[in-house]
Amino acid sequence: MRAVEARNVVLSFGETPALRGASVSVAAGEIVAIMGPSGSGKSTLLHCLAGILVPDAGEIHYDGRRIDTLSEDQRSRLRRDHFGFVFQFGQLVPELTAEENVALPLLLGGVKRAAALGQARPWFERLGLAGLERRRSGELSGGQAQRVALARGLVAQPGALFADEPTGALDSLTGEQVMDLLVSSARAQGTTVVLVTHDARIAAYADRQVIVRDGRVNALVHS
Amino acid sequence: MSVPITLLGLLEREPSHGYDLKRDYDTFFSRGKPLPFGQVYSTLGRLVRDGKIVVGEVEPGVGPERKRYVITERGATEVEAWLTEPVDAEPNLQSVLFTKVVLALMLDRPAEEYLDSQRATHLRRMTELTEIKRQGNLVDTMLADHGLFHLEADLHWIDTTVARLDALRKVVRG
Repeated sequence: MRAVEARNVVLSFGETPALRGASVSVAAGEIVAIMGPSGSGKSTLLHCLAGILVPDAGEIHYDGRRIDTLSEDQRSRLRRDHFGFVFQFGQLVPELTAEENVALPLLLGGVKRAAALGQARPWFERLGLAGLERRRSGELSGGQAQRVALARGLVAQPGALFADEPTGALDSLTGEQVMDLLVSSARAQGTTVVLVTHDARIAAYADRQVIVRDGRVNALVHS
Repeated sequence: MSVPITLLGLLEREPSHGYDLKRDYDTFFSRGKPLPFGQVYSTLGRLVRDGKIVVGEVEPGVGPERKRYVITERGATEVEAWLTEPVDAEPNLQSVLFTKVVLALMLDRPAEEYLDSQRATHLRRMTELTEIKRQGNLVDTMLADHGLFHLEADLHWIDTTVARLDALRKVVRG
């Protein structure tokens, strides 16, 4: 359970400014939704918070430690060891079975295969996926694949989970089921969650919502 | 929620005592505001007076709870009509929000801040309703969903209006 924070973050892509002094603070164990219109900079802010992008100016902090000044290798290790990710289209590895996909962060972290699969399997029961362990991503429905991606994001018990439009490719009922599982699992583990969505019904699963507009976080929406 | 038509609908299902009607009303329709017994019996009295229900067999004993009420053909016709008639769509252009935005622009007040504040209030309520869904049963979920979809529609309107504020300002300020 770790806090995540952006302080006055500025980032441009070439001549195009994406973030113009964005600040947001997510408390340890909190679930915060970042909302905003297309092109507002919400995904860019998430990528900065997750140490994927490095801002041109401003600071990113995780668990009280500044991370935007770390080297690429250090950030890569931080992401692998402390962060979980869920993206819009699941992005499962098609050559691997569902349980191997869930176990992937553990395998990459050096956990032996049998132990990693042993940790991955309980997630199938927990997320209503029992019996699908050996399927490949092409044999899963969109909702099933996204639940596998959610299990993969949480299996290593990350301090923070970053989810970018995790239900964007799902119908609304399936999307809500995935969000319900995401919130329950994150709360059970005490994982801090930063969620990007344009969908207010999905954002309503978070403890708090913030709006990004023109590269800045709208402070009025902080409750 | 209209109490008379709801009680009438419950009686369409089967003849019932006032106590049973209150129990079912509170279970499905009251959402935290139980129907007072006084209102149950006064409503039933009016429905009897209007010929929509009649008092059926009276069980031994005293008190209104001994009476079993039965719907009449007239009452059943009313239930049928109520169920099949769509509810009037609310004209959104007359909503409080619209009036606030237009007045704010006319008075050169910060309309966007008002809308942002309204958005925050809507999102807070949506968060509460979502928590009710997560903790509640299917009835709670369906009622919360109804509120959520309406709030979501308002949010779409707020977002679109924010994007149109400059144009609207020119219209209302001439």
